[in-house]
Amino acid sequence: MATATLPDLTHEELRRYSRHLILPDVAIEGQRKLKAARVLIIGAGGLGSPLALYLAAAGVGTLGIVDFDTVEASNLQRQILHGTRDIGRSKLASARERIADVNPNVRTELHETRLTSANALEIIRQYDIVVDGTDNFATRYLTNDACVLLGKPNVYGSIFRFEGQASVFATADGPCYRCLYPEPPPPGLVPSCAEGGVLGVLPGQIGTIQATEVIKLILGIGNSLVGRLLLIDSLAATYRTVKVRKDPWCPACGTHEIRELIDYDEFCGIPNTPAAGTVPQISAVDLAERLRRGDDVDVIDVREEYEWEIAHIDGARLIPLEHVPSSLATIDTARDVVLICKSGARSAAAVSHLRGVGYRKVWNLKGGIDAWSEEVDSNVPRY
Amino acid sequence: MSVTLHLPAVLARLADGNAIESTGSTVGEVVGDIATRFPGLGARLRDADGQPYPFVTFYLNDEDIRFHGGFAATVSDGDEVTIVPAIAGG
Repeated sequence: MATATLPDLTHEELRRYSRHLILPDVAIEGQRKLKAARVLIIGAGGLGSPLALYLAAAGVGTLGIVDFDTVEASNLQRQILHGTRDIGRSKLASARERIADVNPNVRTELHETRLTSANALEIIRQYDIVVDGTDNFATRYLTNDACVLLGKPNVYGSIFRFEGQASVFATADGPCYRCLYPEPPPPGLVPSCAEGGVLGVLPGQIGTIQATEVIKLILGIGNSLVGRLLLIDSLAATYRTVKVRKDPWCPACGTHEIRELIDYDEFCGIPNTPAAGTVPQISAVDLAERLRRGDDVDVIDVREEYEWEIAHIDGARLIPLEHVPSSLATIDTARDVVLICKSGARSAAAVSHLRGVGYRKVWNLKGGIDAWSEEVDSNVPRY
Repeated sequence: MSVTLHLPAVLARLADGNAIESTGSTVGEVVGDIATRFPGLGARLRDADGQPYPFVTFYLNDEDIRFHGGFAATVSDGDEVTIVPAIAGG
């Protein structure tokens, strides 16, 4: 944007942004660029929280946020945009309030919807820079392809357990997410943070790196992460970067054979997964009834031992998912078997495996131990 | 050639740590050596045809091996191979 068309700063803004204004690489012109900028944050969760707070504080003029979730207690360990009093509220309502408190000069545009192939281009088109703070592969590929098609930089961040990644994709000459990972893993192979856990401060580390990259792109300063992937291991306390090359055969940014958005659930294999619903299942209430009347049911919990210690169902036994294939000798094909996990996804994979090797009388506990806690025994804690 | 293979925590538990010493003349041979020593890890690093998965990126030092011949990329003494699987948490 030409300097003449950049918005002026009010006296209040001059006081507020004083520490930026005395930075030679930002100064008044840079702060006016920040005020003129329109940034879209996809996801108001772990990464979206520090992103929204720091970009608002820094004076980015317009922040769009896409999310459709409500705040849950289990979010608060890392999603610092939301507070205890926000439990049960929409994340966007909570975000708007918090952002207005941090910096009332920021205009928030709330998109309370799931980002889909039907709405992504229309939403993303309205912004200068997109920040990927989503929590699933389908939305990451959707965000990437939409950014490539529209020519919008995609500031990427991703986290799992103690490790995180960040980069900048889809700039004019840079690589895109598909250059790094041409295809997603099959569903169920990589646990989500809900299943595998995440260190609460890790999204703070990655989210602030994403926010830094956004500000550098707006100001046009420094060396961005275009063409580099930053890898953080918070346990080892190491940061390193590796090269991300633009793949001339990339269907999105190389050959451009992707000319429109596709079905990303299908691309990520979601309809074909052994996910809950596609394998035989039993409800928590029905399982409780069978156990109450003394039916011979082998209830096998496929979670990890540390999850078992938090909560388990009396009478169940533990075989963590990765040990199921090597534990077949202990599972009687003649008995009824019910497999359980936290929410039903991992146990569905185990049911699928057992059926694949010949077991016939095996069911998945629908909704997992969460459903058991909700519908059968509230003394079993949820986590 | 003696090389060091770096694993993310999620894969390191299938081996005996997150930095493993290995030998081979190509990345594929290094991965083969590791897969033999840690069978649980092998299937996470290469598919049934012995090829890398599109969602697990191998770096030879700081270069993506896809642009250097894939598993045929040759390694030198002291090289570092880093495995970076796709993650999606946010």
